[in-house]
Amino acid sequence: MEWLSEFGAIAAMQGFNGLSVFCVLLLMALGLAIIFGQMGVINMAHGEFLTIGAYTTYLLSSLTLDYFPALQPYYFFFAIALSFVVAGAVGWLVEWAMISRLYNRPLDTLLATWGLSLFMQQGFRSIFGAREVSATPPEWLMGSFSLSDAIDIPRNGVFTMALTVLMTGAVFVLLYRSRWGLQVRATVQNRMMSRAVGINTRKVDRMTFALGCGIAGVAGAAFTTIGSTGPTAGSLYIVDTFLVVVFGGAQSLFGTIASAFAIAQTQSVSEFFMSGSMAKVLTLSAVILILMLRPQGLFTSKVRK
Amino acid sequence: MEPTLAGAKRLLPRRLALGAAALSLLAASVFSQSVLADAANTTGLAVTDTEVLVGQLHSATGTMAISETGSIQAERLAIDQINASGGILGRQIKVVQEDGASDWPTFAEKAKKLLVGDKVAAVFGCWTSASRKAVLPVFEKENGLLYYPTFYEGLEQSKNVIYTGQEATQQILASLDWIAQNKGAKTFYLIGSDYIWPRTSMKIARKHIENVLHGTVVGEDYYPLGNTQFGSLINKVKLKKPDVVFAAVVGGSNVAFYKQMKAAGVTSAKQNLLTLSVTEDELLGIGGENMAGFYASMKYFQSLDNPNNKAFVEAFKAKYGKDSVIGDVTQAAYLGPWLWKAAVEKAGSFDIDKVVAASPGIELKTAPEGYVKIHDNHHLWSKSRIGEVLPNGQFKVLYESELIEPNPFPKGYQ
Repeated sequence: MEWLSEFGAIAAMQGFNGLSVFCVLLLMALGLAIIFGQMGVINMAHGEFLTIGAYTTYLLSSLTLDYFPALQPYYFFFAIALSFVVAGAVGWLVEWAMISRLYNRPLDTLLATWGLSLFMQQGFRSIFGAREVSATPPEWLMGSFSLSDAIDIPRNGVFTMALTVLMTGAVFVLLYRSRWGLQVRATVQNRMMSRAVGINTRKVDRMTFALGCGIAGVAGAAFTTIGSTGPTAGSLYIVDTFLVVVFGGAQSLFGTIASAFAIAQTQSVSEFFMSGSMAKVLTLSAVILILMLRPQGLFTSKVRK
Repeated sequence: MEPTLAGAKRLLPRRLALGAAALSLLAASVFSQSVLADAANTTGLAVTDTEVLVGQLHSATGTMAISETGSIQAERLAIDQINASGGILGRQIKVVQEDGASDWPTFAEKAKKLLVGDKVAAVFGCWTSASRKAVLPVFEKENGLLYYPTFYEGLEQSKNVIYTGQEATQQILASLDWIAQNKGAKTFYLIGSDYIWPRTSMKIARKHIENVLHGTVVGEDYYPLGNTQFGSLINKVKLKKPDVVFAAVVGGSNVAFYKQMKAAGVTSAKQNLLTLSVTEDELLGIGGENMAGFYASMKYFQSLDNPNNKAFVEAFKAKYGKDSVIGDVTQAAYLGPWLWKAAVEKAGSFDIDKVVAASPGIELKTAPEGYVKIHDNHHLWSKSRIGEVLPNGQFKVLYESELIEPNPFPKGYQ
């Protein structure tokens, strides 16, 4: 009987773990789903926008600790908002200075953004030093809810889930329920026609790119509770992020959600039964196989080319 | 410089033949100087009467800059101190720094540049095993001399390399014995990043656990470098309930691993954990509070209480800021220039072959870690220590072994 309750506990925690990996993947991919999915820009520097968010959180964390220790429990919310603003602003600048000159040249964009990512990594290194730093998360974010002796639900996992749900909801509303979202989708489907009906596609592009980067910043802020903050931290996430977006079908938000879920569950379950490296091999093989059969990804929306 | 020296040499017999007292006195001084310079120049190294050129080859950029920065700083500090105390054989050390940029072919290319182009008398460099393996053929072909600071998996010995960090058996065996004795550990869960060092280390650990300690390995898992999701692994650990988690996770994964352990409630109150890969440097990123109470096996901790170390930490902080921390590898890198100095002075020459021949048996009593001695196999005799992580990012030293003989090719462990 005892092993049964233990089995139940482990199963519950594994289930939670799968969900938590899903949320992390989705949060990472959300920004890219907008930039790559909606705009078709292959942004190799996406991970670095995540890092911007992480460093913003770190800075705010140290400032709070040094000057306003009393505010320490609450700073994290400000950090998330500020990360969104800072990463979004940098995204805005990058779009204006670089990306806007490279539309319709996907390969050049790839190279240019990759260069940008190296540039930004070295920038972080020069500003913050080569060593990894650690933002001090507020006490209420650390530790776990102990539901029973064997079941511990990590608090930061719950927080990341809530944040992911919130962000996904916000993006959904923006894209599918707002006037701006309509303009974005119109631009994606037919740029010429959109211009003809009076949509300022330049402005739409800039906003879209900045929004995608801002969301990456939020993800970066959230990840300070689970991962590392270093100059190259972003590169840890970039491969998974592209994987999720491509696998889901580039232009579909639902595709991104489904794909993050599928990849997370495969990874999480297989990791339980085999070594981490083998689990990764298995997951990637499955993704490759499915992409061979369905090159456009899991979900696609109809697009007039 | 060379033509004048050659000229002095040609003059020598004539001057001696004159037999004049005053001139012979002059000749004696010329003689002694010219022998010195002559001996130093036999292999065409960049050595002049006042200067000797050495190379520094680490990653100042790229992923590995996180780890290698400490080594760069420590080597610089040692070189500055040597220069301030009069240099080596009367010569000041001049450094040519090259950037391996965390890219192994670049390491090989820069090594060749340092040896063939700059003709440096010694190189202090590399960090990862991959970079060392990349430059090894270059050092052997061009007959250079490399001082390598990182603790590593062993199974290597080269005439052209002095290994100033620990090889795997030094780091692993004593620590496993300690935890078996002091924590009554019988069951172990082995966890590592998926590359040569953790895999080789865990292989050695498993043999020792099974054959010597008569314990059991209840799980062994490897995760790709850069993996940041350890939830499933942590659940497996909770299910298997090992007496000890034995970990060698590196890089960004390290931070994620310990933060998630803490978040999942696996803390030192419930679980013993012994790691091979967390020094004060890594703790900066992980945060001491996320790892408090876990153990690390290293040969050096910043908190070591001895006069050598106090002077070293003080000098390091004076040069690089009061917040700087010193990890195991940083200290090992600091030994490099001092060991080289001792060997050069023993050999009376900068000549690579002579320095290499003079190296075994060299002792360093001023090492921050205490006392080290170069073994015939080019590794160092050193002590192993167990440190307990404190919330402030430092270690409390709990145990110190006897001097351990380096054994890069351990019998029965392969």
